[in-house]
Amino acid sequence: MLNNEELSKIKTARENWEEKVLNKTLEKSPESKEEFRSVSGATVERLYTPEDVAEIDYVEEIGYPGQYPFTRGCQPTMYRGKNWTMRMYAGFATAEESNERYKYLVSQGSTGLSVAFDLPTQIGYDSDHSLAQGEVGKVGVAIDSLKDMEILFDGIPLDKVSTSMTINAPAAVLLAMYIAVGEKQGVSADKLRGTIQNDILKEYIARGTYIFPTEPSMRLITNIFEYCSKEVPKWNTISISGYHIREAGSTAAQEVGFTLADGIAYVEAAIKAGLDVDTFAPRLSFFFNSHNDLFEEVAKFRAARRLWAKIMKERFHAKSEKSMMLKFHTQTAGCTLTAQQPDNNIIRVAMQALAAVLGGTQSLHTNSRDEALALPTTDSVTIALRTQQIIASETGVTNTIDPLAGSYFVEAKTKEIEDKAMEYISKIDDLGGAARAIDLGYIQKEISDSAYKYQMEIESLDRIVVGVNKYQVKEESPKGLLRVDPIVGEMQTKKIQDVKSARNNDAVKSRLEALRTACQGTENVMPFILDAVKEYATLGEICQVMRDVFGEYEQAVLL
Amino acid sequence: MEWIKKMLEGDKRACAKLITAAENNPDEAEKIIREIHTHTGHAHVIGITGPPGAGKSTLTDKVVKSLVDEGKRVGIIAVDPTSPYSGGSILGDRIRMQDLALNPNVFIRSMGTRGYLGGLSKYTKNALKILDAAGYDYIIIETVGVGQSEVDIVKIADTILMVMVPGLGDDIQSIKAGIMEIGDIFVINKSDLFGADRTATEVNMMLDLTMDMERRPPVVKVVAVKNEGIDNLIREIKSHIQYLEESGQLEKRRKNNMKLEVVELIETELRKIVISHTDKDNKLDGRVAQVYSKEKNIYEVRDEFLKAIRKDN
Amino acid sequence: MSKIIRVLVAKPGLDGHDRGAKVIARALRDAGMEVIYTGLRQTPEQIVAAAIQEDVDVVGMSLLSGAHNYLFPRVVELLKEQGADDILVIGGGVIPDDDIPGLKEAGIAEIFTPGTTTTEMIEFIKNNIKDN
Repeated sequence: MLNNEELSKIKTARENWEEKVLNKTLEKSPESKEEFRSVSGATVERLYTPEDVAEIDYVEEIGYPGQYPFTRGCQPTMYRGKNWTMRMYAGFATAEESNERYKYLVSQGSTGLSVAFDLPTQIGYDSDHSLAQGEVGKVGVAIDSLKDMEILFDGIPLDKVSTSMTINAPAAVLLAMYIAVGEKQGVSADKLRGTIQNDILKEYIARGTYIFPTEPSMRLITNIFEYCSKEVPKWNTISISGYHIREAGSTAAQEVGFTLADGIAYVEAAIKAGLDVDTFAPRLSFFFNSHNDLFEEVAKFRAARRLWAKIMKERFHAKSEKSMMLKFHTQTAGCTLTAQQPDNNIIRVAMQALAAVLGGTQSLHTNSRDEALALPTTDSVTIALRTQQIIASETGVTNTIDPLAGSYFVEAKTKEIEDKAMEYISKIDDLGGAARAIDLGYIQKEISDSAYKYQMEIESLDRIVVGVNKYQVKEESPKGLLRVDPIVGEMQTKKIQDVKSARNNDAVKSRLEALRTACQGTENVMPFILDAVKEYATLGEICQVMRDVFGEYEQAVLL
Repeated sequence: MEWIKKMLEGDKRACAKLITAAENNPDEAEKIIREIHTHTGHAHVIGITGPPGAGKSTLTDKVVKSLVDEGKRVGIIAVDPTSPYSGGSILGDRIRMQDLALNPNVFIRSMGTRGYLGGLSKYTKNALKILDAAGYDYIIIETVGVGQSEVDIVKIADTILMVMVPGLGDDIQSIKAGIMEIGDIFVINKSDLFGADRTATEVNMMLDLTMDMERRPPVVKVVAVKNEGIDNLIREIKSHIQYLEESGQLEKRRKNNMKLEVVELIETELRKIVISHTDKDNKLDGRVAQVYSKEKNIYEVRDEFLKAIRKDN
Repeated sequence: MSKIIRVLVAKPGLDGHDRGAKVIARALRDAGMEVIYTGLRQTPEQIVAAAIQEDVDVVGMSLLSGAHNYLFPRVVELLKEQGADDILVIGGGVIPDDDIPGLKEAGIAEIFTPGTTTTEMIEFIKNNIKDN
């Protein structure tokens, strides 16, 4: 960025400062640590100067927002045009109760919906399945059939909202249900806006709600890409996720490297399935974590954007700029929240949310203070939403785009994370791609090594967690936490019985048979799932057909 | 011992308790084995060895499922390495055998090597005998797969499966010479991967070079995780069992292994006697000081000790 | 020579978050214990079958999905049915304080909530397993 003469001047001046000023101080009072490290463990220097960014070309590497390589942001006007979507992940117990929470959030200013499903739903089991015992409605809403979906969105006009659904293995089914609900409201599929997470690779790596083995799962994902590109063109068909990889204990560079490696695998699968890059790539979206180290996180987001843009252009030869744009949703880091002194979590979340905004996120979920203990109460979730609103309205950080650009520190770190992430991607390429790397356990081991290191640092007090290993107090148990009544399981079971007796069981049977045949062949399964869903076949029934044909993923890897 | 009675009746808990007792205390082990000896000898022991990442556990899962479908009872001993630093271990082979955990005809036991370097644990043999006495028709032993994993498996298994995977390193070099002699069946797992045919060819070439083979081991290609090739593998296992029985090799091998075991047990006791002499009053230290200062030579010291030992015994 | 402690680390139910279970498995190994890790999606029946065949001293369950009030006591119940109630049963994860007394009454010896160190867990195990 600077010419040699200027750089030389700066270097000389630094050396002068070190000799005349710094060293004197160091002799008298050394710094508090030998080495300073970011939250992810990367070395952080005392000072960053133009020397550290001398190699970075502004136009080529940093550029302008809304233009390749998108380092400074996806949209040319970013938050000056429109704030990020305030999208609070919510759902618990029954569709009725979740519907209430969604309406509350919208009334309080949230600008997008985000559905949390319970574990049986995420794993394709109905609420009356033996493995669902004790789990119904606990971590999200229980959806057993289209009936529940209708209740979930009752009074919510699907042409007016955008809905993100955190659903992976059975994503096709829930998407079909959403489309069916839209139809009943008179909203055609081409008007629907939203996202399905639909990222199976990270399930194998870090989240665990897989159903089928890799190959059929990739087929389902590419079927969805294809179907939506024609029928639901405004829908983001995947949210390639780093959030959970980070939650499982990875570093920032690993979060970017492993997520983008997964992204590469999806793009390759779609191309192999005969789809044109510029048709599906614009609808790929990402999902990242926002962790404690503010500057590292901002650098991470910028690195991710630049790296993905380069990958899409150079590796996949995308022609449209829209294909190269890494749009992402962010969630503040759940794993950093403490059960001790839960109000401290409000501050943690505020810092993490700020990092996400400074990093240019398109959409943001802020965690609630009580989430190390339970799902959030209405009060807690309101504070979390207000956190975003205060950042947007009161802090002024949205007045200019990518405000930290040009910081020697942030630009140096952006480059560093980009390079490190690329190293991981190359390693995964050498192993044969993300799916293969997962079979070999490479990604999981890297993550669990990082997680172990992190925990040992906490226990040795190399890493401080306020309220947990420092500044502890004797506390009362928190009161008024959200509890999901176990009766929800019984209620859902009754609902399933009612649905099954009210529907046309012959039609259901023939739709499921047609689905089975489609799964066994090579047709796109979406229309068949849609047909079954409309006849009120349950989620469990549909997934069982797929389990029968595709088999189930077998856990293989250890640490 | 009441655990023994229960074990013989099929109680899994009793069986597990006996394995633990034998693992933790050599005197207990002796008592147990003395009592159950007459009940052993029926199980056919299959050893599965091969490098880490070869898919041994997944293969075990599929082989056992097949045997169990035939109505057989199968015991599995899965060995994983013990950390030399802490003495602890993570035993994770069960993860790949989820369905078998609840099968009444299956018993799965995980063991750490506990410092032993031969690929198994010192106590694997005793665990095997207990499972044998408990009436399991087949017992599968899975080695750790690193270092000298093959050393011990030969001493206890009737049929040894050598599992290899294409692309795990440079195939020719990684085929250690000794393996050719001990593998009864060579299994190429993950054979849907590129290079599987090449690996099979290389194994066959190495077998061509091996002399003195009464029976040429078959090379079987499988894809364990997809359950492909398993039927063929089971056929080869049974064919090997038949060969062992018809040729008298089974009796020969087992007797040979028993010989080794007896000698080992004798050596253990003799070693105790030697130590009781050398360690008494630090006698060995004293003698060695004399050797170091050239007062005596090393053979003189040996003879002195031998004389004292013989006198005592 | 003291006996090596054997621990079953299990993930009951549908919860797929295994960061904690894996960290604990490693820490216990580094403390000299033999850890049998079951992997995800264990039913209480599978956990108990493994506990018995492996003759473990401890069953440790990690659960973050809120299903602990059903699953943890069920494991204790099944262990008792099979005559294995001398095994120390402990649990951890996202478990509200209010649920702990009920779980202890059901036979879970201790619940380790977020923020517990692995050192504390190791000490507890060493001090509470049944001597044999």
